[in-house]
Amino acid sequence: MKQAISINVNEVDHRDEVEPRLLLVHYLRDLLGLTGTHVGCETSICGACTILVDGQAVKSCTMFAVQADGANITTIEGLATNGNLHPMQEGFWEKHGLQCGYCTPGMIIAATQLIDRNPNPSRDEIRHGLEGNLCRCTGYQHIVEAVEYAAKKKADL
Amino acid sequence: MISAPFDYVRANTLDEALALLAQNEDAKILAGGHSLIPAMKLRLAMPPLLVDIGRIKDLSYIREDHGQIQIGAMTTHYQIESSDLLKKICPLLPECAGHIGDVQVRNKGTIGGSVAHSDPSGDWPAAIIALNAELVAVSKNGERLVKADDFFVDLMTTALEAGEILREIRINKSNDRTGQAYAKMHHPASGFAVVGVAANLTLDRNGGCEKASIGITGVSSKAYRALAVESALTGSALDEQKIANAAAHAADGVDINGDLFASEDYRRHLAQVFTKRAIAAATERAG
Repeated sequence: MKQAISINVNEVDHRDEVEPRLLLVHYLRDLLGLTGTHVGCETSICGACTILVDGQAVKSCTMFAVQADGANITTIEGLATNGNLHPMQEGFWEKHGLQCGYCTPGMIIAATQLIDRNPNPSRDEIRHGLEGNLCRCTGYQHIVEAVEYAAKKKADL
Repeated sequence: MISAPFDYVRANTLDEALALLAQNEDAKILAGGHSLIPAMKLRLAMPPLLVDIGRIKDLSYIREDHGQIQIGAMTTHYQIESSDLLKKICPLLPECAGHIGDVQVRNKGTIGGSVAHSDPSGDWPAAIIALNAELVAVSKNGERLVKADDFFVDLMTTALEAGEILREIRINKSNDRTGQAYAKMHHPASGFAVVGVAANLTLDRNGGCEKASIGITGVSSKAYRALAVESALTGSALDEQKIANAAAHAADGVDINGDLFASEDYRRHLAQVFTKRAIAAATERAG
């Protein structure tokens, strides 16, 4: 039986009726049209579907939309403000932290939480902090540099 | 990767969740969902009803009460990993938590969900056994305490009975001659324990071993207490040779799992190596 949910996504309230088995990532992509959040492995390994739920990075392929009823969600579409890139987005731009871009939305969201929890991470801490996100293009080096850039930029703001 | 259809109810109180469980014997409890949802997506689990306990307020806490550490079942791995109190009084728990999955998994997965799921490669069961924890099971008829040694029954099977929910994990605080460590070989793809060994040692005043408690996961169908290792260590000095001799018994009498990644022989070898490492690290920290 469908259930009514009310979810705030990127500061917009949404009300929908959904089947309990609808995964949060499919709710975001198929019902709300927010296709920036990607579906990768579907087995909570790759991290492409990472979003923030009440400020915490989670894999939206391993959560039902009904569990997010009443939650505040941030997806990649919600990071920029007034047309200005978030420092983490700017870091990925400046340091070429991507090639194909498939992992990038999840990578950026996870990295955002990483520098929230640890504003001045070492390279080792960055690599460990992003262990839940796989990139098959970059070899991670440019991603690490992008996160360092963003941490510094955020500290200077 | 879409699960079979099911009904979903979010319980607002523990009593409500227990009543729903009592009425629906095939219902499953949804905690953080990081074991159950993957199983449902593969249709290994097809419960007709999920009772979500994720919003019950008083199930998520870490506190110390008269020398006892109490952890609510819905406390996340990340809350344990980042707990300053636990780092001070029971460092095995945050250390073990840091080995689970990845950051996102630790944000959502819970200690109670993981322990109740009893995955043979899960990390928590090793620590729960090594810490001689007690588990508080609650049902409509009241509460009962289950000792860690009695809790893990078999592959994904615990002593929890139909209608029961794991509510709290209790651990007695250890003294200042205690050292703890968790040593793990991660499966390179899944991150689960190929072998995980939790060691909890108390030294005597001369630096020998007064008490040893060793829990091992990943090796068999359920986590187990390495009794032969414990008895070899108890009363013994803790030098390299003695530790190695004791660790050689890590898989004695155990029905060892073999799979594509690690054969029985390789797992036995790993169990010995990681037991040695865990004991050596715990000894060092106790000093």
